[in-house]
Amino acid sequence: MAKVAVVGAGMTRFVRRAQETGRELAWQAARMALDSAGLTLKDVDAVVIGSAPDAFDGVHMKGEYLSDGSGAWHKPCIRCFVGGATGVFAPIQGWYHIASGQFDTVLVVCEEKMSSTYPHPQGAFITIFDHTTERALGPNLLWIFALEMNRYMTVHGITKEEIALVAVKNKKNALDHPCSQLQEEVTVEDVLNSELLAWPVNRLDVSPASDGAAAVVMCAEHVAKRVSERPVWVEGVGWHLDTAYWTNRDLYYPRYVEYAARMAYEMAGIREPRKEIHIVEPYDPFDYKELHHLEGLLLCKRGEAARLTADGVTQRDGDLPVCPSGGLLGVGNPIAAAGLMKVCELFWQLRGEAGKRQVPGTPRRGLAQAWGDLMQVGTVIILGV
Amino acid sequence: MSVNIKEWPGTALGSKDLEEGRVLTVRHRVRAEYAWDAGVAIGRYLRELKAGRLIARRCRGCDRILLPPRMFCEECFRPTDEWVYVQDTGTVNTFSVCYVRWDVARLTEPQLPAVIHVDGASPGMGIMHLLGEVRPEDVRIGMRVKAVWKQVEEREGAITDIRYWKPIAEEVG
Amino acid sequence: MLERITNPEEVRTWSGAVPIEHVYTVGVAGEVFFRAIKDRGRLVACVCPDCGTDYLPPRLYCERCFAKTADYRDLEARGTVHTFTVAHFDLDGRRLATPELYAFVRINGSGGGIVHRLGEVAASDVYIGMEVEAVFLPPARRTGSILDIAYFKPVV
Repeated sequence: MAKVAVVGAGMTRFVRRAQETGRELAWQAARMALDSAGLTLKDVDAVVIGSAPDAFDGVHMKGEYLSDGSGAWHKPCIRCFVGGATGVFAPIQGWYHIASGQFDTVLVVCEEKMSSTYPHPQGAFITIFDHTTERALGPNLLWIFALEMNRYMTVHGITKEEIALVAVKNKKNALDHPCSQLQEEVTVEDVLNSELLAWPVNRLDVSPASDGAAAVVMCAEHVAKRVSERPVWVEGVGWHLDTAYWTNRDLYYPRYVEYAARMAYEMAGIREPRKEIHIVEPYDPFDYKELHHLEGLLLCKRGEAARLTADGVTQRDGDLPVCPSGGLLGVGNPIAAAGLMKVCELFWQLRGEAGKRQVPGTPRRGLAQAWGDLMQVGTVIILGV
Repeated sequence: MSVNIKEWPGTALGSKDLEEGRVLTVRHRVRAEYAWDAGVAIGRYLRELKAGRLIARRCRGCDRILLPPRMFCEECFRPTDEWVYVQDTGTVNTFSVCYVRWDVARLTEPQLPAVIHVDGASPGMGIMHLLGEVRPEDVRIGMRVKAVWKQVEEREGAITDIRYWKPIAEEVG
Repeated sequence: MLERITNPEEVRTWSGAVPIEHVYTVGVAGEVFFRAIKDRGRLVACVCPDCGTDYLPPRLYCERCFAKTADYRDLEARGTVHTFTVAHFDLDGRRLATPELYAFVRINGSGGGIVHRLGEVAASDVYIGMEVEAVFLPPARRTGSILDIAYFKPVV
């Protein structure tokens, strides 16, 4: 397989409601990614678009809608969609476009505009529940998160206080991100005292709904060496899907994330992930999900992620920095764009360009992970220099 | 080059920008309604609910009793083999106390959604349903529950023919 | 083998809808376009400074070379019928009492055009290449929407 590098990254600010249309946001991020790589649209051979449910933007065939702003005019283009896991799946798809030898340079663009949905973006999720056996009960999206969080807490004996530390950390990290939607430090008490939505989930346990876009430029080794002094290499990719009968799985552990991680570790030749991964950007739409995913990624034992957090190991200056970007909890959660933002963060961190967010030392390898569909998809990418 | 970028794109609007017409918007509602076929397995599942029974399917490939029932086993990827009645009792695998609706409007009385592992189905075979006749603070994972059915004449062949699941006394030992 | 349902009464469907609606911002370029319709009764076009492609409705960027567009300018809402259709059924498949005319109108002095209704003309009299002009709602009734144009009518 051909070696593949990331040579450019760009993103818009993540905001609750953007004036820009979805395609305008896509163009802003895509143009920035190309500019940062010193490339133009003429250099791009193919385009990958990632965007989560059409229902948010209220645009069917969103890939076609976003194509002009994503640079797909007169080019091979595909749109991928695996729910929340899309933002990391899109660069995986970019990777195999190039690794196959078919293309040299691929532009990967992810966008989401959740503010379009009224009365609330959560309404767009109603049909993820089975129309006949579940929807009649009047469910909402928070149910499955709350049910999973409760199961996770109960199996391991983890408290809400311990989980709230993740929200505190990520929202604090986000203060240093120029694109961050949230610019306010919170305490554990703030999280615990925020509005109770669906026990054990309070408002500040959850990332905000956002508008935004992110993009990366990926290319083959011979192009990367020509256009970039510091290419960041794709060392491993993995993705995995569990059964869609979500009530037939034990929600306390994300098995599918583990399988996706094992696939990526094997490709990257990683035997001891805890020692060989220097930065982690796990998917954190809810604070407990960061812990859940660290365990699935085999970066700690089951049930131990909360202790790592309490011990400060996952702080930006800790031994294993987790979500130094500020994550979805802090920077914001325009679904697909949020996942790709994590890949952008690794790109900037590994090149030493993350400014105030820069992880100390010389991190050489980072992992980004996203999760989605009906709590059943894991996507993992490992980048290194 | 994050550190080298001074201006980040994206124009943030507040709700007033829309309400006061400072920016132009278009409002649209898709007039799409659906009639989803229940299908073979769930069609039978619904008919049995109307009769006050829960039914599952056995797969002889993995020897699991699958609930909700399906006509093929997604693990063995072969047709399932036979109908099996299961009990209307079970164990709470996880639950929530939910104070908001789908549109995030507040509820005065919380709903108690739960995943219930049903007796007679294979281990781990849970369904999503609601708990009732219990105070939120008394619910716990591992609690034994039993279905509370609607009256026969009220049933319509729907998952809501079970009103909710209520706690039952623990078996001793 | 899979079982077959033999009693039609056993066939069960489950009805539902997705109870959401959408509020779309018209965007950065859209704001210029729809303000001009609302405030001045004009259509706005713009140009790509790199390749010269002319856009109406205007876009923030050129899709061909990704440059930010420039030279936003007002145009009279006049043009020619590039193609047209006569609709006999509504969205739900019901027959319309009066057929409706829809056309893609190329706007004079621009590289683009818009799809809109035709009015003040019989279906049998419409032809490709016909010159048309927009009929705007009175200024007080305009909201900054494409429907601020009631329809296009033949230029007499």
